[in-house]
Amino acid sequence: MNIVVCIKQVPGTTQVKINPDTGTLIRAGVEAVVNPFDEYAIEEALRIKERLGTCVIKVISMGPPQAEDVLKSAIAMGADEAYLVTDRAFAGSDTWATSYTLANAIKTLGKVDLIICGKQAIDGDTAQVGPGVAEMLGIPFVAWVRKVEDVSETQIRVERMMEDGYEVVDMPLPGLMTVVKEINVPRMASLKGKMRAKKTAVATINAEALKAADKEKIGLKGSPTQVLRSFVPQRKTGGEKMGGETGDLVNKIKSTILDLGVIR
Amino acid sequence: MGIKVDLEKCIGCSLCVRACSQSAITITDKKAVIDPAKCNLCAACVEACKKYQAITITKDSSAMLADISAYKNVAVFIEQHDGAVAGVSYEMLGEGRKLADQLGEKLIAVLLGSGMQTTAGDLVKYGADRVVYYNSAKLANFQDDSYGQIVSEFVDKEKPSIVLAGATATGRSFIPKVAARVWGGLTADCTKLEVDVEKRLLLGTRPAFGGNLMATIICPHHRPQMATVRHKVMKQAVRDDSRTGEVTVIDVPDSALTIRTTIANIVKEASSTINITEADIIVSGGRGMQDPKNMQLLFDLASVLGGAVGASRAAVDAGWIPYSHQVGQTGKTVCPKLYVACGISGSVQHMAGMQSADYIIAVNKDPGADIFQIANLGIVGDALQILPALTRAFKEQLGK
Repeated sequence: MNIVVCIKQVPGTTQVKINPDTGTLIRAGVEAVVNPFDEYAIEEALRIKERLGTCVIKVISMGPPQAEDVLKSAIAMGADEAYLVTDRAFAGSDTWATSYTLANAIKTLGKVDLIICGKQAIDGDTAQVGPGVAEMLGIPFVAWVRKVEDVSETQIRVERMMEDGYEVVDMPLPGLMTVVKEINVPRMASLKGKMRAKKTAVATINAEALKAADKEKIGLKGSPTQVLRSFVPQRKTGGEKMGGETGDLVNKIKSTILDLGVIR
Repeated sequence: MGIKVDLEKCIGCSLCVRACSQSAITITDKKAVIDPAKCNLCAACVEACKKYQAITITKDSSAMLADISAYKNVAVFIEQHDGAVAGVSYEMLGEGRKLADQLGEKLIAVLLGSGMQTTAGDLVKYGADRVVYYNSAKLANFQDDSYGQIVSEFVDKEKPSIVLAGATATGRSFIPKVAARVWGGLTADCTKLEVDVEKRLLLGTRPAFGGNLMATIICPHHRPQMATVRHKVMKQAVRDDSRTGEVTVIDVPDSALTIRTTIANIVKEASSTINITEADIIVSGGRGMQDPKNMQLLFDLASVLGGAVGASRAAVDAGWIPYSHQVGQTGKTVCPKLYVACGISGSVQHMAGMQSADYIIAVNKDPGADIFQIANLGIVGDALQILPALTRAFKEQLGK
């Protein structure tokens, strides 16, 4: 069985800081990491491999040359092969063009049975590329997977998280699923894995290699959406703050809530 | 195609340097120099340089411009579960009506379901000029394949200029598939929608970077312009029984639908205290709850107030409460009228998930806790004492 895991390099958000003078994000010196949701995707691929025995896990990332680092991290965790989709021609891609480019890059990887993505990237927060890739490859799709109940070479049974519970969904393979945090706890890379990552070459897929792709549909040209402007939202500023006796505090909270008129 | 600095106009003021999230711009010899290897063409610098207009991004899109004018009207996807219309869909009808009025266009509601003719008719009362109802037993439950197919076909046939859907588990799952299929521009999880009437453009504003950055997205050369919209941000449409409109019922034959996935089981996780995305009131707990058995105090208060229970990542990771309750960047984003944070210090990630609540009350023993920076009312005290007393007080007040 061949599993493809799509991953993205994102800034480690805990360090996201706002410049108080300009109100913009400070990115300099911010460490780049594997998108956290994608680590769950890598881990789940590794678990499916352990379950089924014979699997090849291919990780793929679209981004600048330095995104090679996150692919190496995935190899260190236990993935078998790594592919970096990178080209100046891809710059300016929105989620549509990214989905199109990734789908075409995945087509160059030979037979694929299962594609796993994190539910969304923590920088863009769109959750649109997973379903986009599935649609462009013409394969079935399940989002928000919190558990793989059963998997074979031809079918997977998963739990899809919904607002008010979950649904058990059977998907024939090949198919694509996006996973949520609840699905597993990602392993740490072993020392052996890190050694292997050092030695493993990351294959590059450039625009030229995407033979089936329509050049009109990649990069800025293929992107329907544009950022008109970006700005830092007005932060809420703290309101009244008080301490004191529990009884007084309880009365204060109670009268505040009653005044809001939110209780039906 | 690409990005260019006009050296005549650039005065080296470095406003663009500060606006660039990719650190792609440097000032050399008092002129801005953009590193193409780092630039992602996001146009933040173009906006920053509005005064001097020295930076331009060119895009050749003449091919796409031709048939844009064929697209007209605002369409709203109506989400239903077990035949009941989701609250977010009434919000979309309210907002869609406003946008359609500004553009002088029609509002079309698109409903997929089984045996919902009456509901379809009611959508007119909530502001739709036209309702297109796709009826089939196979459409009763949401499936990516069937919903993606039907809504794509609707777009191809009706050519709406704008398509709106709730940013729910359902909407965010299949709407991107529709956008992929029709090459539409889709903006995820918008918290504000506007239209540029002159340019006939939808402006969707959305949070990114966990709410640390807002971006306004447009789709100038493609149609439809699509957006999923966050629940509880827009006002619901008010029912008006005097409204009239046209209802089209389309009976979809089974043979027309290809559904590859099968739903083996649907499990509702019972209590109303769980659905935090729908709740108007959320009582939430974190590490300060100290012990798993204290989590019950949150449920007690939530149940008296008629609210749901949320939790910080710390409480979920400790195994005190299931993940479905987690609020924050790796959990759910919520937008209730009231959010009561108990023993939650207020990490950036947690606040990303709840800072758009209308009113925030924080209870924390630590007067320096970050959560107080965004709380409308900050209570420096012990949640473990305050919660049971508060529950008792409300029980008396409300006679429960």
